[in-house]
Amino acid sequence: MSDDVLVSARGLQVHFPVRGSGLLRRTTGAVRAVDGVDLDIRRGETLGLVGESGCGKSTLGNALLRLVEPTGGSVTFDGTDVTGLSARGLRDLRRRAGMVFQDPFASLDPRRTVAQTVAEPLEVHGLRSGKRERAARVGELLELVGLDPAVAGRYPHEFSGGQRQRVGIARALAGEPDFLVCDEAIASLDVSVQAQVLNLLRRLQRRLGLTYLFISHDLSAVRYLSDRIAVMYLGRVVEVGPAAAVGGDPQMPYTQALLSAVPLAKPAEERARERIVLTGDVPSPAAVPSGCRFRTRCPYVFEPCDRVDPALQPAGAAGQVAACHLHGVVGTPVAQEQDAAAPSRRP
Amino acid sequence: MTVTAPLLEVEDLHVRLRTPRGTASVVNGLSYTVGAGETVAVVGESGSGKSVSVLALLGLLPAGVATVTGRALLDGEDLLAMPADRLRQLRGPGVGMVFQDPMTSLNPVLTVGRQLVEGIRAHVDVPKAVARRRAVELLGEVGLPGPEKAVDRYPHELSGGMRQRVMIAIALSNSPALLIADEATTALDVTVQAQIIDLVQRLQADHGTGVVWITHDLGVVAGIADRVLVMYGGRCVEDGTVDDVLERPAHPYTRGLLGALPDLAVARADGGLPDLATVPGTPPAPTDLPAGCVFWPRCPVRADPRCETEQPPLAHVRGQSRDFGPSLAHRAATWCAEDGGAPGTTEEDR
Repeated sequence: MSDDVLVSARGLQVHFPVRGSGLLRRTTGAVRAVDGVDLDIRRGETLGLVGESGCGKSTLGNALLRLVEPTGGSVTFDGTDVTGLSARGLRDLRRRAGMVFQDPFASLDPRRTVAQTVAEPLEVHGLRSGKRERAARVGELLELVGLDPAVAGRYPHEFSGGQRQRVGIARALAGEPDFLVCDEAIASLDVSVQAQVLNLLRRLQRRLGLTYLFISHDLSAVRYLSDRIAVMYLGRVVEVGPAAAVGGDPQMPYTQALLSAVPLAKPAEERARERIVLTGDVPSPAAVPSGCRFRTRCPYVFEPCDRVDPALQPAGAAGQVAACHLHGVVGTPVAQEQDAAAPSRRP
Repeated sequence: MTVTAPLLEVEDLHVRLRTPRGTASVVNGLSYTVGAGETVAVVGESGSGKSVSVLALLGLLPAGVATVTGRALLDGEDLLAMPADRLRQLRGPGVGMVFQDPMTSLNPVLTVGRQLVEGIRAHVDVPKAVARRRAVELLGEVGLPGPEKAVDRYPHELSGGMRQRVMIAIALSNSPALLIADEATTALDVTVQAQIIDLVQRLQADHGTGVVWITHDLGVVAGIADRVLVMYGGRCVEDGTVDDVLERPAHPYTRGLLGALPDLAVARADGGLPDLATVPGTPPAPTDLPAGCVFWPRCPVRADPRCETEQPPLAHVRGQSRDFGPSLAHRAATWCAEDGGAPGTTEEDR
């Protein structure tokens, strides 16, 4: 299944240096936001990416588009290594891979009209020459996302959150991309408007053959939209598989806890539900536990968990993988000089 | 749970705000009761007036801008009519409040302990050392790890979930009879949210606290509420027990909201899943509310000639009689209740 993969990450790392407060501001450690991620996104699919805040899911999305520089590993986009791209190659990547941001109030320039915002990618990539052609294309794009082309001359403050998000999507589509990273694209919208945007994203995918990485902390929305789901914890992908399998029969204890914590709008079921309440907080990504990262909160922790860093291995349904020793101890033994010496400010 | 005299009784609450675009009618005739040990969830989308309605109760709206009318009896005393001094006495032991964003509602330059001690000593005359001991106890009660150390920390040293627990500890520090939580878990991860909800329910069972839980998350409502009040355009459009409102919604808006939720139990097989139901359009601006039913411009039903002209009263849903009493009643303000057609008798029965 190698050539149906559009985006692929191998051993991807994004570490941010932590500097001391001394005169020399020496690097004293690293926040390991993304710490060795292997992930394939197939052409035409929606891959949902879930995890708690701080787990590195946004950084991963950014690193795939090289909006942050990876500090290790590689990213391939349609067969090209993205990590070594020249400025020119990078511009082509920017056209073919777009981003829909979380906050439509912050991601649109308040001093530009909708037309100017949506037309900018067309200008940058030289996609439509001539004002009239560009205006026509802007109208097309606005129609595509369900806005009246007549609103092109308006400013962002004249729109509601849902409409602004549509403008953001129109801008992301301007370069006719193959791949869109939607980073919490519905998080700041009201429920009724969320549904409108989810429907729009699905419709666009069917019509334009788009591939999505849909990053969200809303598991219901992810499950609704995704073909496959990847779960992240503390810089690692800990489970991947078909949406029905990961959502219905998760194999990694963390995924199980995460799903059981999602409240359902059904009172009778809600009362009857056995909830796995995780204790404690996510450890700091600057002081990652040795071995399995989840072991400090895992209800099933046993002997190999702090010794062996678990690798993703087949578990559960076909195409489902999980990084957990409960399915067999597979992984890299923890080296003695594990640099867990990073300073910790946690109690 | 037997509910005797209600702890909080809100009657015909109106809030108007002066804005540059004219007067905004943010809350328009809201009435509800909360019994001891009872949890009432107030749900609605942004701009529905749910936060303003509780800020008004506590006198937390800017005086020059907001006009508040109506009655809000807390244990028989009207919060809206009392002098500022008395209200200050009641904030704390009478009503505790947890705000949405713990980072902006905690003082960044004071330790957690100082902020707790201040709250305790404002109401009870105890030595600092005693208040501090109580503060440590409270932090332990809300499940903060290492409360003896946490008490000397500053808010920025704590994670979001820990900060929210500090907020709850402060709100509970004077054992309030009523706890108001305004989107208290919205900014938190689901795992932390589950911890916080657990905590509030445990404390509620121990102390018999009445809770008003404001949220837009219908999932949270299902897990925590005894009764639900759905707000739209500053009005209560439907209220009833959590089972009635979420399982048998009568108002087209409530039905629309529930229909718009993706179901966690259903995964997309091959793109063959139907579109989510949506509520078309956007909520009305509080400066420009529609005549008639507040929901009619977005309503998919609109089956009655009165929809656009006459405001529907909050009336018992058919199949419900008023004999149930206030805690079990299921009412909706619509001309188009989808279960029963025409609404039943109105509350006032004029």
